[in-house]
Amino acid sequence: MSQRFAIQTEGLGRVYQLKRKRGETAPKTLVALEGVDSEVKQGELFGLLGPNGAGKTTLIKILTTLLLPTSGRALVDGIDIVQDPQEVRRRINMVSGGETCGYGLLTVEENLWMFTQFYGLTDRVARERINEMLEVVGLSDRRKTKSHFLSTGMKQKMNFARGFLNDPQILFLDEPTLGLDVQTSRVLRDFVKRWVRERPGKTLLLTTHYMAEADELCDRVAIIDKGKILACDTPANLKRRLQRASIFKLQTTPLEMSNRFSDLPGVSKFIEHQRNGHTELNFILENENVLVKILDAVQAGGGHLLSLEKREPTLEDVFIDLVGRGFGDEETPLEVEK
Amino acid sequence: MKNFRRDLNIFLRTVRGRSYPRLIGMQREKSWIFFDTFLPLLATTAYVFIYRALNAPPEFTGFVVLGGAMTAYWLNVLWSMATQLYWEKETGNLSLYLIAPTSRMAILLGMALGGMAATTLRAVTVLLLGSLLFDVTFSVENWGALLLVFVLTLVALYGLGMIFASLFLLWGREAWHLAQLFQEPVFLISGFYFPVRNLGFWVSIGASIIPITFGLDAMRQLLYPQAQWGFLDVNIEIAVLALLSVLFLVLAHRMLLWMETLARREGRLTVRGQ
Ligand SMILES: Nc1ncnc2c1ncn2[C@@H]1O[C@H](COP(=O)(O)OP(=O)(O)O)[C@@H](O)[C@H]1O
Ligand SMILES: [Mg+2]
Repeated sequence: MSQRFAIQTEGLGRVYQLKRKRGETAPKTLVALEGVDSEVKQGELFGLLGPNGAGKTTLIKILTTLLLPTSGRALVDGIDIVQDPQEVRRRINMVSGGETCGYGLLTVEENLWMFTQFYGLTDRVARERINEMLEVVGLSDRRKTKSHFLSTGMKQKMNFARGFLNDPQILFLDEPTLGLDVQTSRVLRDFVKRWVRERPGKTLLLTTHYMAEADELCDRVAIIDKGKILACDTPANLKRRLQRASIFKLQTTPLEMSNRFSDLPGVSKFIEHQRNGHTELNFILENENVLVKILDAVQAGGGHLLSLEKREPTLEDVFIDLVGRGFGDEETPLEVEK
Repeated sequence: MKNFRRDLNIFLRTVRGRSYPRLIGMQREKSWIFFDTFLPLLATTAYVFIYRALNAPPEFTGFVVLGGAMTAYWLNVLWSMATQLYWEKETGNLSLYLIAPTSRMAILLGMALGGMAATTLRAVTVLLLGSLLFDVTFSVENWGALLLVFVLTLVALYGLGMIFASLFLLWGREAWHLAQLFQEPVFLISGFYFPVRNLGFWVSIGASIIPITFGLDAMRQLLYPQAQWGFLDVNIEIAVLALLSVLFLVLAHRMLLWMETLARREGRLTVRGQ
């Protein structure tokens, strides 16, 4: 495998042994990752998009040397993560969104300083980078605050700042904006983009289950579900798969006979949600003409149309098209857009 | 050579970095004044009055005060050092330590040194207060040996603490009960408040696996050279302490590497709430 790639995996897999429950004899296993082949180029901002439980964190843990794969192999910056984990660690850092770091009794500045020591930074370099990152995440005026007194969001920002202190070649961000407010998410995303653009050779792998985040940030996105990568391309190319399809969102009064829609000719994918007193139907249609039949079916089922919208394809539609179901019942926060 | 300098730099900085929160953090938490000095002092006072009521020789007072001061270290090892990795896991720090290109031993060493330094403040407070309150005088002849015994005791004790840290990480919550179980019996068999040899030869030998036992015994012999309460010859006790120091450090190192391998293989040890 060649050195041009920041990350390369070949048939990478991970099986977890689950704790045996009482009464069970055979040990249970869970396949969290299976046959993952991927190549992330140097300088790329690469996204791993998938619902909860897809295996994103597992992949990140393997690449950051926290977890051994049970099959396949992986190179980070050309170095085998199993053979030489310490060499890998010199080049990387990781931030998990929703996590914090350090000790409550230390100030923000002291906590960050502590982590720089694990990378052998001199105090001068450490101070410079801490100042720079505190500025970025907007915690400069809190540098002397004990982290214990910070709000959860501020603690997450401090942890985000930590990830950049050793100036890693390859940075792993595991759902970095998880639980953060819209404004903060915006700031962090902008910085992430700038960080990759302005520093040649820096690579960033980001996992997310926010479609819009992947779409907006990433040069390329791998869609992952149940431990397997289903597609990998630029967001534009991924959406281009649905170029010829028509995507409609309908809202109707509550309907019950919805599965009849799947049988209609010309309906490639169909997803239904019940939302506060109405039914929301999402269709991927082979062509627009099918819509007429759908509207007939709604009427025949005793429903009334409340709204109808034709959409441009999103990554969510790509996911629906690939796996035939939505991204779980979580609301994807659409306010992340623009 | 270049790599060696780089690694040494990271090692030393890691020790410094990780000792800092214990050094500073522990002093910022003011409750230590009560728990770590007042409580040992209280136990010490009780024993002083008992010995006085029994008309024990006056050296017994100094003897008990020393035991009280050393209590601070034992409490620190059992409640801070041992539980540290477990806490690091629960707060999410452990995985951040493990992804850093640093020696894991340096992290533990940092914790230990920080804890030791912070605890010394407590131990000295107990020693000074106790000595003032009860008019204690020592008659040290060999300061060098006393210092050696003290340092060896701490090295061995914190080495043991490092081993505990890995075990606690492995056993999680159950380890807490274990620590509780350990605390009182060790006060008894290590002779914090009375000469250990009163327990008989075999119990004393058994108790010597806890470095405090011989540490206290040797220090007391050196503080009161004329008193006749030592268990074994000071030189033998020093040799045993040196042996324990090496043994515990080597074992702690092994345990830590094993723990990391286990964590990477099973994927559970660094995960919160597991
Ligand atoms: N340590 C573990 N032991 C057993 N199962 C695990 C462990 N970690 C994760 N899993 C399981 O592996 C699957 C993938 O999890 P994860 O990688 O965390 O997904 P994601 O980050 O995409 O939400 C899930 O079904 C999860 O429950
Ligand atoms: Mg995850």
